[in-house]
Amino acid sequence: MQIYVCVKHVPDTAANIRPLGGPQFDEAVKFIMNPYDENALEQALKVREGREGTEVVAVSVGKAAAEATLRYALAMGADRAILVKTEGYFIDPQETALLIREAILSDGSPGLIFTGKQSVDVEGMQTPFRLAALLFMPVAVDAVAFSLSGDLVTVERELEGDLREIVEMSLPCIVGAAKGLNRPRCPTLPDMMKSKKKEIRVVNRADLAVEAPAPGVEFVDLEPVPDRGKGAILQDSPEGMARRLLDLLRDEAKVL
Amino acid sequence: MAAIGVLIDERDGKVKRTNYGVLSLARKDPGSTVYALVLSGRGTEYRDELKAFGADRIVTVGTDGANADSDPEAACAVLNRLIDQLGLEVLLGLSSATGKDRLARVAALTGAPLFLDCTEVDLGTGIVRKSHFSGRTTATLRMVKRPWILGIRPNTLPEIPCPGEAEVLHLELPVQPSKRMVVKEVRQGNASGPDLSEAEIIISGGRGLGSAENFGILRECAEELGAAVGASRAAVDAGYASHAMQVGQTGRTVSPKLYIACGISGSVQHFAGMKTSKVVVAVNRDLDAAIFNKCDYGLVGDLFEVVPALTRALRESRQQG
Repeated sequence: MQIYVCVKHVPDTAANIRPLGGPQFDEAVKFIMNPYDENALEQALKVREGREGTEVVAVSVGKAAAEATLRYALAMGADRAILVKTEGYFIDPQETALLIREAILSDGSPGLIFTGKQSVDVEGMQTPFRLAALLFMPVAVDAVAFSLSGDLVTVERELEGDLREIVEMSLPCIVGAAKGLNRPRCPTLPDMMKSKKKEIRVVNRADLAVEAPAPGVEFVDLEPVPDRGKGAILQDSPEGMARRLLDLLRDEAKVL
Repeated sequence: MAAIGVLIDERDGKVKRTNYGVLSLARKDPGSTVYALVLSGRGTEYRDELKAFGADRIVTVGTDGANADSDPEAACAVLNRLIDQLGLEVLLGLSSATGKDRLARVAALTGAPLFLDCTEVDLGTGIVRKSHFSGRTTATLRMVKRPWILGIRPNTLPEIPCPGEAEVLHLELPVQPSKRMVVKEVRQGNASGPDLSEAEIIISGGRGLGSAENFGILRECAEELGAAVGASRAAVDAGYASHAMQVGQTGRTVSPKLYIACGISGSVQHFAGMKTSKVVVAVNRDLDAAIFNKCDYGLVGDLFEVVPALTRALRESRQQG
C-alpha cells in the first residue's frame, strides 16, 4: 500500500510575524513542519510498521524552502518526498488541493492519505476536504485515535464538550490528524544523516498540467494583532482584590 | 437582496445560543432573505427562537433514508441541494466541530470559496477577517466567487434580537446514506460542565494549580460565575486536566466575554487560543509573569487565596441579590 502524507512548511508558532504590505510578510523567521502534520506522518509510519510492503510518501506544496520540512519528514521515516514548488507563499485553497492531487496521482496510487487537521499559518481547515472531493474519497478530520483492520479504518474524532465521534471509513480515505492522535517521534542524528540519501523529487508548479482555477478568494492584507497591553494591576489582600475586581467587571468592563 | 442560508448548529435537540450571532450577521441587510437551515427535522420546534433573531424562513429538511443530522456526507448532499434550490448566494454557519466539517464538505464538493473561524464579516463587500499565524496576525480577505461559504468563530459576533415572522418550509430531499463512511456512535468523554467554545465566561488554570484536585477551587468559582473550566497546555501535560479542557494553539480556541487565567504564565501558544476574549483577567503571584503585560486586569497574589476570595465575594453578592 502507498500512504501519502501532506505536510506544510510553516513559521514556528512562536515566531514574530512582521507584515510587509498586502499578503507579504517577513519570511526570515524560523520555519517548522506544521505541528499537526507531524501527527499525520507519525500515524502513517505506525501503519507501515504493521503492514509489510507499505510505502510512506510525504507531499508538500510550497516555496523552495519547503524542502527543509520534507527533509525532516524523511528523517522521521518517510521513504520518499515530493515538492510541488510554487512562487508565492499563499496559494488558493482549491488550487492547493488540485496540485496535491496531481502530485499524488502522477506518482502512484494512494491507499490512505494523512493530513494535519489544519495548518497553523492560514488556519484554513479545508485541504483534506477539498482533496477528498477531488479524489472521491471519504474524509474525517480532528482524529485523536486511528485503527486499520483489513481495509476498514476507524477514527475517533474529537468534538466540542469532550464528545467523541467514532467514524468508520473504507479505504482509500483521508484522515486529518489532531494533536492527541499520537506522540510524533523525534529524529536522531543518524536519522538526519540517513535522510540526506533519500529522494526529494521537486516539480515546478508551472510544469504540472494543472490549470489554475479562477481564484475564489483574494488576499487583501495582513496586520499584526496588538497585544492587549499591560493590565490594571491590583495588589491588595485577596478579599480586597476580589471585591475590587467584581466592581471593575460590573461597572467598567460590563461583563458581569 | 441576497438569499442567505444559515446552517443551524444543534446539540441535544437544542439550538446552540451561538447561532444567534450568525443569524444577526445574516439579518444585517434588511433586504436579504434569511433561511435558517435545520437538518434534524426540528425546524418547527425551533421556530420561535430562530425568528426572534431575524430568520425569514425556517427550512426544515426531511431526508428519506439518510440521517442528515448525523451522516456528514448526507448533510453535505442536502446542503448542496439547498444552495441550488433556494439560490443561496451565501451559506453561513458556526466554526464548531460539526459546523466546520459540514461547511468544508459542501465547499469542497462545489469548489466554492470557504473561510472558517471568521471573526468579522461584511456581507456587503465580501470582506472577511480572521486569524492567521496562531493569532499573531489578522488577515483581511475578500470572497470573489459565489456562493460564499463562511464559518464564524462562536461568540465573536453580536447577537441582535430582530423579531419577525417566519414561515416554516418543509422540504423533502431524498439523499442516500453514505456507504463509505458511517458514524458509529458519539461518546461523552470525562469532562463535565459547559462546553468551552460556547461558554461566555471561562476560568482556566495553569501549572500553578499544582494538582488535579486543586482544580476544584476553579470549579467552585466557575459554579458561581456560570463559567466553564479550562486549562493551559502545561496543566494538561502535567496531568492536572483533560485534553478536552485545553485552551490554546493545540487545544480549543475560545472567545468568551470574560476569561480568567489563574496560575498561567501566558505563552504565545496559550494566547493563540483565547486572544479574542473580550476581557482577560490574570491571577498570578509573580508580578513578572508575561500575562500581566497582555491582560485587562491583573491580580497579584496567591491563586489559592485569591480564587476562593473571589468565589466568596460572588456568593455574597448573589445572596444580597
